[in-house]
Amino acid sequence: MEIIQEHGTIFMFLAIIFGLYMCWGIGANDVANAMGTSVGSGAITVKQAILIAAVFEFAGAFIAGGQVTKTIRKGIIDPAPIANNPELLVYGMLAALLAAAIWLMIASSKGWPVSTTHTIVGAIVGFAVVGIGPDAVKWQKISTVAASWIVSPIVGGGIAYMLMISIRKLILNTDNPFQSARKWGPLYVFMVGFITALVTLWKGLKHLKLDFSMAESFFISALIGLIVAYMGKRMIDKVKLDVEADREYHFASVEKVFMPMMVFTACAMAFAHGSNDVANGIGPLAAVVSIVQSGGEVAQKASLPVWILVLGGVGIVIGLATMGHKVMQTIGTKITELTPTRGYCATLASAVTVVLASKTGMPVSTTQIAVGAVMGVGFARGIGALDMRVIGGIFLSWLVTLPAGGLLAAAIFFIIKGIFGS
Amino acid sequence: MGTTNPLASLLGRSPFKPMQEHMRKVVLCAQLVPALFDALEQDDRETLNQVKASIFELEHQADALKNDLRAHLPNSLFMPVARRDLLELLEVQDAIADSAQEIAGMLTLRVDLVPPAGMCGAFKALAQHCVRTCEKAGEAIEQLDELLETGFGGRESERVQRLLGEVGTLESETDKLGIALCQSLFEREKDLNPVITIMLYQMIREIGELADNAEKVGDRLRLLIAR
Repeated sequence: MEIIQEHGTIFMFLAIIFGLYMCWGIGANDVANAMGTSVGSGAITVKQAILIAAVFEFAGAFIAGGQVTKTIRKGIIDPAPIANNPELLVYGMLAALLAAAIWLMIASSKGWPVSTTHTIVGAIVGFAVVGIGPDAVKWQKISTVAASWIVSPIVGGGIAYMLMISIRKLILNTDNPFQSARKWGPLYVFMVGFITALVTLWKGLKHLKLDFSMAESFFISALIGLIVAYMGKRMIDKVKLDVEADREYHFASVEKVFMPMMVFTACAMAFAHGSNDVANGIGPLAAVVSIVQSGGEVAQKASLPVWILVLGGVGIVIGLATMGHKVMQTIGTKITELTPTRGYCATLASAVTVVLASKTGMPVSTTQIAVGAVMGVGFARGIGALDMRVIGGIFLSWLVTLPAGGLLAAAIFFIIKGIFGS
Repeated sequence: MGTTNPLASLLGRSPFKPMQEHMRKVVLCAQLVPALFDALEQDDRETLNQVKASIFELEHQADALKNDLRAHLPNSLFMPVARRDLLELLEVQDAIADSAQEIAGMLTLRVDLVPPAGMCGAFKALAQHCVRTCEKAGEAIEQLDELLETGFGGRESERVQRLLGEVGTLESETDKLGIALCQSLFEREKDLNPVITIMLYQMIREIGELADNAEKVGDRLRLLIAR
């Protein structure tokens, strides 16, 4: 208790610094991955991607980021055994943040496609095992998180598959694909707004003091969907049939219809990513803040201060603006296989899956879901070639991340403990 | 940060664009064959050798594309079509270039291998018809990216089936032209050197191979769609 009171300000300061560092890392690397499909398909430029990400990442973190933050903060470990030594939890969360941020930087510089979510979960488990004891880890919860790593890409893939099939049925396999695209385009845009809004509203936005019933949620989502669909229709109507390009490739004009539609899925993706991944940075930060502010109480019922969500959003945007654009530039030139129709399916499916998971409080990996969604399009015979070897490599990097984050966090935990004592 | 995007690396190099590139090269190669007979008719040895050199060069380029494509089709690649079908399609595409090369090689082998007086035009006409068959097959191959977009089904596949039907028709026309050419050669046999005669029959068959291989491309493409 005395340690908390004595060094409270330092802990807060460190937590904010480490939290910002982590959020910066998320913005620099992860966001770029999330926006990659949109930039790669040529629907939006890197500049637009940064702008969209800045606004919607922030909105996602602020509006829907609370649930996952809660899971990260207190869903993974049970702090009851150290109720009398709250400083241990503070050390641990600080260690987890720093370890995750460092690992993220190492992995990014090596080009390993690690997940920020896996990193932070591994780090928290790592310090808990050495700092509190294996019993403190809620293994039950960990196993559901681990299960979601399998389930969520499959869900994302399944949705992408169905979207791909529906586009084929309604648009590509008709007498006049361009006319069909213009006709159905607004519906697809409606889906982006409607589904994203619906899953966001589903559980209510308690920390914003907004709580809607099921019927109200449906109504509001439909309204948002209609507004977005109207905007989409205005943009789609501007697309002209390009006879010259169609001679070369029959669906050139259809793809052009999907270009403006991708803008909406990019927004949804940024929103989804913000709602899920910002928690990786601010979850531990929020835990430290709540302990310090309560004077050393490992409070279970502390609410999440809004300024922390804001801080997380700002951190991500800074990371995106400083490093993310470079990453996106390289991605943009690499993913040429993703045409707007394919990109649309993959991105919307990922976005929906991520917000869905976020609302259940499940910390999922955005990259992993995006990979699953792209595979879904591939299984619908929509992509020329998927390199299955890469799946193994990606999977391996994710597996390595758990112990790496854990060991790093454990080491830092002991360093911090050595500095401040216990 | 040298990030490799997991999605960028997941998306393997699509084989369809290189397939089309290869076919374009092959068709270019075949398109030069009629010029060989032009040169023969005018007894222009220089042009004949130039055209031959161009055909050999194009065939070589097609081979390079073929080998590159094969090297980029590892077993781990998940594709919307069977890997084996794709490789076999590539094989028959390449056979068109090989036939063109064979014709050019034969015609420049010895100076007295020349169609008898008045027959050069018929040889050229056969070659032109075979080239048209190849071009039609090439047109079908150009639809591969559209086929990919529609999942190898629907209207796009019907469109390709129609094109392949035309390839078949053209090929059987070349058969008839070839037989007619053989007959007129038969009528002049007594005035010709026997070895040259045999080589000319071979030549007719080899020209016909252009169209035969184009038809095989069509058959392979059908298999690709059929799944």
